[in-house]
Amino acid sequence: MTASKFTGTSTYVATEDLMIAVNAAVTLERPILIKGEPGTGKTQLAIEVANSLGKPLYEWHIKSTTKAQQGLYEYDAVARLRDSQLGDDRVHDIANYIVRGKIWEAFEADEQPVLLIDEVDKADIEFPNDLLRELDRMEFYVYETKRLIKAVHRPIIVITSNNEKELPDAFLRRCFFHYIKFPEKETMQQIVDVHFPNLKKDLLSEALNAFYKVREVPGLKKKPSTSELLDWIKLLLAEDIPPEALRMEDTRKAIPPLYGALLKNEQDVHLFEQLVFLDRRANSRSQ
Amino acid sequence: MLIPFFYLLRDGGMKTSITEMLTLLEAMKRGVAQQNVDDFYYLARACLVKDESQLDRFDRIFAVYFKGVEDSFGDLMDDIPDEWLRRQAELTLSEEERAKIEALGGFEELMKALQERLDEQNERHEGGNKWIGTAGTSPFGAFGYNPEGVRIGQNGSRNRSAVKVWDRREYRNLDDSVELGTRNIKVALRRLRKFAREGAADQLDLEDTIDKTARNAGLLDIRMVPERHNAVKVLLCLDIGGSMDDHVRVCEELFSASRSEFKHLEYFYFHNFIYESLWKDNRRRHAEKISTLDITHKYGADYKLVFVGDATMSPYEIVYAGGSVEHWNEEPGAVWIKRLLNTYPKAIWLNPEPRNRWEYTPSVRLTREIMGDRMYPLTIAGLDAGIRALH
Repeated sequence: MTASKFTGTSTYVATEDLMIAVNAAVTLERPILIKGEPGTGKTQLAIEVANSLGKPLYEWHIKSTTKAQQGLYEYDAVARLRDSQLGDDRVHDIANYIVRGKIWEAFEADEQPVLLIDEVDKADIEFPNDLLRELDRMEFYVYETKRLIKAVHRPIIVITSNNEKELPDAFLRRCFFHYIKFPEKETMQQIVDVHFPNLKKDLLSEALNAFYKVREVPGLKKKPSTSELLDWIKLLLAEDIPPEALRMEDTRKAIPPLYGALLKNEQDVHLFEQLVFLDRRANSRSQ
Repeated sequence: MLIPFFYLLRDGGMKTSITEMLTLLEAMKRGVAQQNVDDFYYLARACLVKDESQLDRFDRIFAVYFKGVEDSFGDLMDDIPDEWLRRQAELTLSEEERAKIEALGGFEELMKALQERLDEQNERHEGGNKWIGTAGTSPFGAFGYNPEGVRIGQNGSRNRSAVKVWDRREYRNLDDSVELGTRNIKVALRRLRKFAREGAADQLDLEDTIDKTARNAGLLDIRMVPERHNAVKVLLCLDIGGSMDDHVRVCEELFSASRSEFKHLEYFYFHNFIYESLWKDNRRRHAEKISTLDITHKYGADYKLVFVGDATMSPYEIVYAGGSVEHWNEEPGAVWIKRLLNTYPKAIWLNPEPRNRWEYTPSVRLTREIMGDRMYPLTIAGLDAGIRALH
């Protein structure tokens, strides 16, 4: 097998199935589409792949107004219009007004780059369809200058999606697909270890217990995810909270401290407090 | 050997294409997954499944297909004589590697250990010969007669835990008939899009500006256009209270998703069935009623009408005057709903009750009849079908 193989990094824990999917994309030089709950490290993956393989990274963040064309190039007509009004000489060469997009930059990189197309589902429904040829053949045509831009090295393309829109079949067929599922306790422990290597063992296990309990609360609108857990642990460390305070069985302090980092929705906080209250009352009755 | 698997996937209702299959084969050829069956499973999943709602289906088909294949490998292995394995191993091992094996207690020992492990596996559960390599092109490699293989043996516990990952069916709840969150509803509702530019012109129309400027001999002529947005108009009528209490959550989600998706959304509530009036605020439902006739007059026929309700009640509430449980209605509900349907030809009824229960409730059958069969379950698939009917 080739030397360049993604196996996770010192700051990113990759599960076995994720590694296989990424390596398939790297080997076959085809795009990989990453989906998953928010906060499970989809965007981070591209950064880490670039880091671990030692390749340059180009990031293209998609918004609802982004057009596929903007990733290729844009013709700055307004600048040319202005120059023409001012009598600038540059106006005669249209190439002066072609602004290169992220895909173009990645195609012309000196070595094989990693190209991140972040949150592809934010754009218009037709957006992925406009990129089919570019992703497949890794080339596009600049009509203004009549030039064909072809990738020098086929970039490793990582595409992330939050599932806000369905992606067209033709687009999906050209990609590898990986769904990052929420990590199990073991994997989560590794992830936290990687981020906080000096964390006390008992604090970690108590924090994880509390965290998974919060996730299990029925009816939460937004379950806390990995990134929320990491933020929360950071806060716990900063406030120097003892592990004992996290024990949920303790009915007097049943709400975990600094829970604002875990629950981001007002209704969720309310629901959670209510459940804890009911729980506490049931407990005090049974005692 | 994967061609039957491909057809099994397609028969199982997955939309796997030939290109995706070829991608898988190419990836295997390039050696992306050759260590074990799990790697192959992960690779096949990355190549052939493109939607998390299909993952569970894939897992099940994979299990069905590869269970047989694994078993046949098991038989194959049982029949291979030791001597032959050993000679083959000696042939393929280098001096250095053999020394390594020697250090681990000698070839005989190692072989015995492996054999024991294998037997143990066989006893514990069928199809336990997981040690066999991907696709079985070389049973020897995977069986531990080279350093690669030996490592597999040492990693036994890890591999055992990874055994049959597809049988765990971790993606079950993602199957599309089950989960219905706001996000999914939005995706479904997005089908009902019709973009149009209406209202105040507040965006620069670059192309038109350039065009007009050019025609204007180079003097700037700024052109503006209104913002583009979804021009579909929706009337949403929600059943509230009583038997609908069980479905509050899903209705809430549908409501919040539609609110953000449609700029022209009007919603009204009713209880059990439509009569001469509806209301917008549940707390003041008796004080602030809106006449159904007023609604049909106020909102044009280009609105699309969506009822959400379980349609579970006494049939009297639909077909008789005075049948309503809450008040005396001069005309039966069926008359009122027909009036609405006459005004709004594009109409559907979304029912949160599972479809298999519809048959047993006369009022659901009746409502379905009145709706001209345009009743859909409130699941992703149902919503999808309903939205198509609205087009």
